[in-house]
Amino acid sequence: MRLRQAGPLAAWLAGLAVAGALAATARYTADLSAFLPRAPTPAQQLLVDQLREGAVGRVMLMAIEGADSAARARLSRELAERLRADARFAYVGNGAMQGSERERTILFEHRYLLSPAVTPERFSAAGLREAIGDTLDLVASSAGALAQALLARDPTGEMARLAAAQLAEGPRPALAGGVWASRDGERALLLARTAAAGSDTDAQADAMQAAQAAFAVAAARLDAPQARLRLTGAGVFAVESRALIKREVARVAALGIVLIAALLLFAYRSPRALVLGLAPVLTGALVGVAAVAAGFGVVHGITLGFGATLIGEAVDYAIYLFVQSSTAPGGREAWLAQFWPTIRLGVLTSMIGFTALLASDFPGLAQLGLYSVCGLAAAALFTRYVLPQVLPADFRVRDLTVYGTRLAGWRAAAARRRWLVAVLCVAAAATLLVQRGALWATDLSALSTISEEDQAFDGRLRADLGAADARYLVVARGEDEQAALRAAERVGAALAPLVAQGAIAGYDSPARYLPSDATQAARAASLPAPGELRERLVRALRGQPLRAARLEGFIADTAKVRTGARLRRADLEGSALGLALDALLQRRADGWHALVPLRAPASGPSALRIDAAQVREALLGSGALFIDLKAEANALYAGYLNEAIALAAAGIGAVLLLLMLALRSAARVGRVAAPLGAAVLVAAAALAAAGQTLNLLHLVGFLLVVAVGSNYALFFERAGGAPAPRVLASIVLANATTVIGFGVLATSSVPVLRAIGATVALGTLLALAFAALLSGAHGDAR
Amino acid sequence: MRLSLFALLLLATPGVWPAPVWTLEQLLQGFAQRAQARASFVEKKTVRVLEQPLVSSGELRFEAPDRLEKRTLRPRPEVLRLHGDTLTLERGERRLQLDLRSHPEAGAFVESIRATLAGDREALERIYAVRLEGSERSWALTLTPRDTGMANLVARIRIAGQGAEVTVIEIAQANGDSTLMSVQRLGAP
Repeated sequence: MRLRQAGPLAAWLAGLAVAGALAATARYTADLSAFLPRAPTPAQQLLVDQLREGAVGRVMLMAIEGADSAARARLSRELAERLRADARFAYVGNGAMQGSERERTILFEHRYLLSPAVTPERFSAAGLREAIGDTLDLVASSAGALAQALLARDPTGEMARLAAAQLAEGPRPALAGGVWASRDGERALLLARTAAAGSDTDAQADAMQAAQAAFAVAAARLDAPQARLRLTGAGVFAVESRALIKREVARVAALGIVLIAALLLFAYRSPRALVLGLAPVLTGALVGVAAVAAGFGVVHGITLGFGATLIGEAVDYAIYLFVQSSTAPGGREAWLAQFWPTIRLGVLTSMIGFTALLASDFPGLAQLGLYSVCGLAAAALFTRYVLPQVLPADFRVRDLTVYGTRLAGWRAAAARRRWLVAVLCVAAAATLLVQRGALWATDLSALSTISEEDQAFDGRLRADLGAADARYLVVARGEDEQAALRAAERVGAALAPLVAQGAIAGYDSPARYLPSDATQAARAASLPAPGELRERLVRALRGQPLRAARLEGFIADTAKVRTGARLRRADLEGSALGLALDALLQRRADGWHALVPLRAPASGPSALRIDAAQVREALLGSGALFIDLKAEANALYAGYLNEAIALAAAGIGAVLLLLMLALRSAARVGRVAAPLGAAVLVAAAALAAAGQTLNLLHLVGFLLVVAVGSNYALFFERAGGAPAPRVLASIVLANATTVIGFGVLATSSVPVLRAIGATVALGTLLALAFAALLSGAHGDAR
Repeated sequence: MRLSLFALLLLATPGVWPAPVWTLEQLLQGFAQRAQARASFVEKKTVRVLEQPLVSSGELRFEAPDRLEKRTLRPRPEVLRLHGDTLTLERGERRLQLDLRSHPEAGAFVESIRATLAGDREALERIYAVRLEGSERSWALTLTPRDTGMANLVARIRIAGQGAEVTVIEIAQANGDSTLMSVQRLGAP
């Protein structure tokens, strides 16, 4: 006997130690890789890569609100100046003329290497004549100030060409008071890029703090206390949702624990029972985390979030043990014999349901499946084999038979209103049928923790700033930097016809800032030697008001390019050009990536849209990849959702099969499944009627409803529809803890927590109610 | 107190102060009364590195209070449009838009002509030191930039004319280059 007692306890302690070690050394991550399929396509890999490391994630949009337009413009200038001096910001733009002296110097110094117009033909006598003629026309025109100032050094007008190209790619928002403003003029806008990656949430938080602090100083200095600074962007969202989730989880957990503890304390009248009752939950959670750490190598924050919901079921096991065994004749041994098989079947039902998720390609769901299966198994085994052994001999909780008797009366009354279930189910089915088109969210943002208001604000700012949300992207790869640049140049050549047709408005390319060595060499070789150039100029300038003798500066500059050093990445460092290059030319695990963002036409037949098929066709054979990031993300999500729906259906099928094997009677299975099916159906319809579009988390919620509710239904079924008052009391107590725990979640301001909370609280309550309402259907109960 | 009394005396006593024949007030009022104007222009740009000036020609239109259009026809068609604070340049396929508030130098330059034509003395004097010479029949307005940033680009703008007609706009750049625009009024379109 002693040995039999010691065995499970030792196994539990050893298991806890292993699980604790695994959980303690596990790598926890909160980044977007949770959304990356286990076998991603190149496009999916790039999508996540871009969100995590790319320029998109580094963009921080700032809006100054309040005060008047003039004050906002002054604040914008002051804030930009302060943040430009801050190493946490790689770039800060506010539309005001910036000290772009360095950029101009770089462009001018390397104009013959950077200008795509530099070809041997352009530097023939005829080509020079035409180019210089164009420049003189430009000098004569109203736009000729730059060309006029540089005429003697740059008679072919390369600098004017580069400056114009530079202007075309930049953002072109509205201006108010000389700085960028929203279209309604109510906000001054700034566009910043952080030095840290968007997925580095700590660094993003730091940068946000720096911006707010700089703004506070500026506002105090300019005496504009009513002005406010609002930040948005991917990094900002990450920081805010992390803080919000932390805050909300702490609040919800504290509130839930206090309420559940109060309820259990009221029920048990024993603090000791309360502590022991939570032991299976903690055991299950620890084992679940350890299993995920061992199975996946890394634990996603999202799993922990979902996994907290395990409490919903694990806490029930101890309730059943304590309440049902306390006053039972024969005590715990009898309980084990009488009730354990039912609970075991309930546990197996839940585990089977969650096992289906293991097959998911979505790591978030697969981890949740493993976590739930292992956690539930551990909690149940602990309740069965360890908890009874460690309970003190005099352990008693209050006898709930009195309450149970009253509940039994209610149940009997409910059993006579079976028709109510049918009515509700029909109404629910009709509701779902009406809304079937818009039932499921097809957008990845459905999983976002960001409020709709914040998302709308971000969207408005992006539209106002004309900030490319970098939705359309061509990615060219190369073994090294040079190969990637050459690939980008080939993409540019392939895209040129589309620009000419107006199918795309334009594109940016790393090769614009840093042409490949091959291209640079070809351009340098286009320049004639000084003697030859002098001769050609004399011929080219015949009859022109310009004398070749005046162009010695030009000749010297070209000679320097012919023999001088090539433009290197280091030459651009610290300038806006270098920044643009960094965003577009990146080192990745599989070599170098050159990114070529495409701009959709602003007007015309395909305004704001790019025809993917047309671009793909143009790129055929180039090896480059065209991605529509938004479509890709939504497709990825839609794929997960469809897969999850299929897996959930498979899980439910497996549950029914298991019940069939265990109960060996279709009628009995029907009695267990009916209240659960009705609960899911009515809960889904209620959510839909309340205007919620369903997403992955609702689906997980439905699985939990089946997992938790199956215990209720099994108890009812086992007792022929009329469980003993004591058992009924334990079921109601278990349900009350679940409803409290998830009901508190439903009050959260985080949409994902609200979704799962509302689903499970409502669903389990309905499962219990329907089990009672349908209890009259059990033959023995009549 | 004493100074202002003295000034008042001076102004109130005809003959004591030699009243200018043609005042800035009168000149600008003449412009302010006009709702619109249309003229042809010939512009000669003198650039130091060039042997001869570059010549262009076209048409000017002004519509009070803040619309100005310079339509160049030769040597190459181009339209420069100013409306409010937005400057638009159309040249061949290219269209360039500038907000003058973010380009103060260009803004000041544009204002020299627009404020004169609109008769907006306040705007004119905010940016330039203004000097008027001559008579109604032949006057010359010389504008010297107050802001050093702009003075680094433009040394002086001279606008000359007869009555409420501008005949010449001359811009002397700080680097020695200059532009001379001769303007001839056209009848109403």
